[in-house]
Amino acid sequence: MLITIIKRDLKCISHNLSGAIQPVGFFIIITSLFPLAVTPDPEVLQSIAPGIIWISALLATLLALDTLFKEDFIDGTMEQMFIATDSLYVIALARIISHWLCSGLPLIMTCLFIAVMLHVPDHTIDALIVSLLLGTPTLSMVGSIGAALTVGIRYSGVLLTLITLPLYIPVLIFGASCISADLAGLPWAGQAYLMGAMLVLSITMAPFATAAALRINLS
Amino acid sequence: MASHYTESKSHTPTPRQTRNPWVWFHRFGSSSYFYRIASLWGPRAGWCALILMAIGIYMGLFVAPPDYQMGDSYRIIFIHVPAAWMSLSVYVLMAVSAAIGLIWKMKVSFCVSRACAPIGAAFTFCALVTGSLWGKPTWGTYWIWDARLTSELVLLFLYTGYMALDKAIPDRNTASRATAVLSLVGLVNIPIIHYSVEWWNTLHQGSTVFRMDGPSIDTQMLVPLMTTTVAMNLYFISVLFNQVRCELLDLERRTQWVREIVNG
Repeated sequence: MLITIIKRDLKCISHNLSGAIQPVGFFIIITSLFPLAVTPDPEVLQSIAPGIIWISALLATLLALDTLFKEDFIDGTMEQMFIATDSLYVIALARIISHWLCSGLPLIMTCLFIAVMLHVPDHTIDALIVSLLLGTPTLSMVGSIGAALTVGIRYSGVLLTLITLPLYIPVLIFGASCISADLAGLPWAGQAYLMGAMLVLSITMAPFATAAALRINLS
Repeated sequence: MASHYTESKSHTPTPRQTRNPWVWFHRFGSSSYFYRIASLWGPRAGWCALILMAIGIYMGLFVAPPDYQMGDSYRIIFIHVPAAWMSLSVYVLMAVSAAIGLIWKMKVSFCVSRACAPIGAAFTFCALVTGSLWGKPTWGTYWIWDARLTSELVLLFLYTGYMALDKAIPDRNTASRATAVLSLVGLVNIPIIHYSVEWWNTLHQGSTVFRMDGPSIDTQMLVPLMTTTVAMNLYFISVLFNQVRCELLDLERRTQWVREIVNG
């Protein structure tokens, strides 16, 4: 059932590619605004690159979260899926995975170009990729709770941001410091382990909270 | 517990023995009972808070000696520290009563949880403002991105998120259950946020009250601090009970006991 829902989601996305590309486009535009606003100086850009990349990734993930459950909820698909599987946990997990596949994964690929544009040195790319690989699934997991809680509210974009961003702070801190530690020539394994721990914790607990939130809104 | 159970089974059970030991707790689930308790104890707690606060402030301002390093500016701790403690413990109370509401489906505990949010946010705001006023003469700046300040700020964000979600959902039942889930997620997250922020940057002075080797703060400062802390707890109880009473009246407006109260 998990695989079926993911396949169905990916099929829906492939029919409507523009929706899937939007977060990536948002990510690229936001990151290219920083040099315009702060300074084009390569050294300064390099020192603030971790923050730029992580904040933009956070916002891009949030942008994609708003529609995570809403369309299915409004047109009744969610109810039908719930009746068919009787497990909101599976539905939640499947949606989170497909959300990550179409927002987190493209983000990691595009961030290679962004890193070059922000003058991040080549040897830091490992830390960048690892931190995003461990961090973006956590963002999808935690964000899905907020998305499920606000699923019944029509214009929930700002509210979703208000609820979710405070919960993203630990990921932001460790993700950005993973990259800046490597930029400074320090070991970054500690931060990566902590991010891995947060990922495991969020995988264990977040789908349950998401399922509970969906059940509240469905009943 | 187990032995007590087998004992009451083997003998002929008298009414006293079979009585549920949690009856006193279940009674709080009844709106009218809670309303009566709250209207009885709310004002009393408020008066006690006022008296204790007056004593605590007097002792803090006039009896306690000035700090050898900070001079008189430290005296703001008699408000700042209790407010900061309250901001955290109110969040815990909010989340715990939300959990009780979710598990045992008690309307009253949802009301308590909802009533906690604005009060907790006010305590958090108070702690932040007094902290930054104290920071100006001591650290030379109103705001520092220090670990404790930042986690207090995040706590304020969590409270506002809770209140925003509560206001956004029109159906009351859905709103209280949704916010309950959010407060529990926040409760899991608070320690993670706290330690990640702590690890990120810290400047705030260490705790001087809760230490393994006993408090390192002087007794003459500790006594007023504890007095204002108790006063603030009592104040919280009184405000909370008032707020819960309003919530209960609104929630149960169609019931007989509310009609009786309203019609006098």
